[in-house]
Amino acid sequence: MEAKTNLPIISMEGITKSFPGVIANDNISLNLMEGEIHALLGENGAGKSTLMSVLFGLYTPESGQIKKHGEIIKIKNPNDANRFGIGMVHQHFKLVDVFTVLDNILLGVEPTKGPFIDRQLAKKEIIALSKQYKLAIDVDAKIEDISVGMQQRVEILKMLYRKNNILIFDEPTAVLTPQEIEELIKILKNLKKEGKSILFISHKLNEIMAVSDRVTVLRKGKSVGTLFTKDTTPQALSNLMVGRDITFEIEKLQANFGGIALEVANLTFISTRTKKKVVNDISFQVKKGEILGVAGIEGNGQSELAYLIAGLLKPDSGTIRLLGENVTNHSVRYRNDLGLAHIPEDRHKFGLILDHPLYSNLSLKKYHKQPFQKHGIIQKKKIFQLAETILERFDVRSGKGIQSLTRSLSGGNQQKAIIGREIDSNADVLLAVQMTRGLDVGAIEYIHSQMLKQREEGKAVLMISLELEEILKLSDRIIVMYEGRIVAELNPKETTKELIGLYMAGGKPS
Amino acid sequence: MKNQAFISSVVAILLGLIFGLIIMIIANPFTAFPGLLTMMGGWLAHQDFLRRLGDLIFLTGPMILTGLSVGFAFKTGLFNIGATGQYTLGMFAAIFVGIYGTFLGPTQWIFAFLAAIIFGALWGLLPGLLKAYFNVHEVISSIMLNYIGMYTVNNLIQGDANLFNVAFSKTKAINLNAYIPTTILRDVFDRSAIDLGILIAIGITLIIYFVLYKTTFGFELQAVGSNRFAAKYSGIKENRSLILSMVISGALAGAAGALYFLAKGSVNSGNQYSVGNELLTAGFDGIAVALLGQSHPFGIVLSAFFISFIQRGGYFMQTLGIKVEIIDVIIAAIIYTSAMAMLVKDKLIKILKRKQP
Repeated sequence: MEAKTNLPIISMEGITKSFPGVIANDNISLNLMEGEIHALLGENGAGKSTLMSVLFGLYTPESGQIKKHGEIIKIKNPNDANRFGIGMVHQHFKLVDVFTVLDNILLGVEPTKGPFIDRQLAKKEIIALSKQYKLAIDVDAKIEDISVGMQQRVEILKMLYRKNNILIFDEPTAVLTPQEIEELIKILKNLKKEGKSILFISHKLNEIMAVSDRVTVLRKGKSVGTLFTKDTTPQALSNLMVGRDITFEIEKLQANFGGIALEVANLTFISTRTKKKVVNDISFQVKKGEILGVAGIEGNGQSELAYLIAGLLKPDSGTIRLLGENVTNHSVRYRNDLGLAHIPEDRHKFGLILDHPLYSNLSLKKYHKQPFQKHGIIQKKKIFQLAETILERFDVRSGKGIQSLTRSLSGGNQQKAIIGREIDSNADVLLAVQMTRGLDVGAIEYIHSQMLKQREEGKAVLMISLELEEILKLSDRIIVMYEGRIVAELNPKETTKELIGLYMAGGKPS
Repeated sequence: MKNQAFISSVVAILLGLIFGLIIMIIANPFTAFPGLLTMMGGWLAHQDFLRRLGDLIFLTGPMILTGLSVGFAFKTGLFNIGATGQYTLGMFAAIFVGIYGTFLGPTQWIFAFLAAIIFGALWGLLPGLLKAYFNVHEVISSIMLNYIGMYTVNNLIQGDANLFNVAFSKTKAINLNAYIPTTILRDVFDRSAIDLGILIAIGITLIIYFVLYKTTFGFELQAVGSNRFAAKYSGIKENRSLILSMVISGALAGAAGALYFLAKGSVNSGNQYSVGNELLTAGFDGIAVALLGQSHPFGIVLSAFFISFIQRGGYFMQTLGIKVEIIDVIIAAIIYTSAMAMLVKDKLIKILKRKQP
């Protein structure tokens, strides 16, 4: 690390920020030197995003101070942050979908000529910037028409156009393919070369090793140390992050396939809005005792495929067979009762009723069955028993047990509750979509072991995930979706992340 | 949670009263405090105590039912602003059977009451169907149906000499058998308007409570109300729940119309409907009752009693020269503050949610 001045460009000192019942940042200090890439590593809930939100003016800390070049500055809102040269790329991009790239970059800082926006001038400046930093963009394209990778470059240009020199990236690789990640790493190194100072939030060790100069590790709201990246190892970092040794490898028993449990044939779904074939002529089978992994970049039809199988969407053509029975025109409940469990992609929207108590969520798939109801009257005792059993078996932790408001549970425990409910339904087919999204390492480990247990018990698992590692680790077979089609079927033992990534981006090996 | 709900309602009431007091002071500083005392109970401490109490209890009955109507829909995530229209239809059905159904003998009032429930239910069914199959927002369709209902009923009444008393522009008195029995209550409460209506209202409250909290049907309704996506995901038929919820909500509002217009009233000629081009306010009172009672059946009974209480108080405040509209201002302020109390509660929940990253 070569600092250009002795004083850090930004130093956060003793930052403490708490929310009711939890201290998100507990006396955290962090120095960002000029021209360095500083990684912030920690599990979900460790306080990384809170700390960066403090720096960006989204939260006001209870105590602590922020200094720029040694002078105390007060950042009350993002406008202040912007004035001090601090920019941020959020995990979920803040772009207006129907605006052009140009307009998105200008938004809020439009150069004017009289009462009009001087787009020509702005366009020249932005094209110059994009050349200088090697950020390929199409200034006149609409955001909704460009790739996620390009959207991210637009976000970066937004910061550069505002002359920010302290750049915060919140989990920038979460939405990218392996190829795009490599591209981003190049971009980050470029930015560094041009003298920008970068804060890079991640929980992925290999990226941090590849890109950062120094890394600060947070655990449960506290800083557990800042290290020079070149002096450390991924194993050491992960132990620091989790606070215990974690095993990266899990034991996967020999496959033992049974008959076909789920069969999808020529399934097509046309979006009513865009008239595009979001799911395009898809066919596959999943056997009992098999985990079929579906890889793909977000938005290539995987979500719709899951909704079609679950019965939440009706296909335009094609058939779905569940345990040999054609269920294409049957209701959600019919499929559930026949033998389909579903861990939905969006656990807050579909998976849980957050404002209801936990027991009511844990019985969501069973309340209509005997003995949980008799003549239409709910048997609370039986429901409580059911909920207690799931709670215990799947180690769901909550403040007031089954009576807790579901909203009050942590994300990991909410997901465990869903997984517990679905596995407890003892269905032959398990549809698992983004089952570990946003969870910490411990919870992910647990969920993975549960999935393998399902496989051993002879359940058919269709696992849709954006996490390639997860797909490679658990699947017996992998299919890759791109623009609504299956573009490849692969054996995880004989394939690589890079190859899958290539298919995910619509490419073919040459 | 329950305590929190109760406290936020009480806070809402206090803020609304303070606001009302300020308005009264601005209007006339000398009558403001006596006015407030009258409203908050002074009117009841009177030599006619029993009769006034009886009238209050009578008025609480329909108020409970309109409150339940709106509150029940709230539980399913629907805003039934059409309770007024359903109430009007219920009123019409009750009066129609009350005048034409003489052949029914002593059971006439029961049939009049059931007719009101059916008409109210039908008037609730329409926005339910529109919402379920055409995604028309129930607020829009039920506001329209309020007016359609009122004008239709007015036309039907005016076109029928057996129903319409031209001289007073009111409906005619219904048949004696069509009045909800007063039993001994009327004598106990010194010839007040009280009848069995309040017991009917409380009975219906218990049924609604049972349906909402003890049956799978109620579980499904509340699931749809709290998160329709999760409800659909778990296999609940969302449309069926929406439609049934509106039907029940309409039935309750219709029943409220019957409860009010099948009553003898404090004068023996009964309560009559004045044909005019204004919506009846009963359904809107139901919104206030439901909000203040936080949509819980028992909360609704309490808030219906309270709102009837201050409405009656407002009526008697007029003797001090205070305008009865002040009461409407105070009730409006209470609705406002109770909505804000819920906002405060929601904010709290959001903060709690944020602490769980």
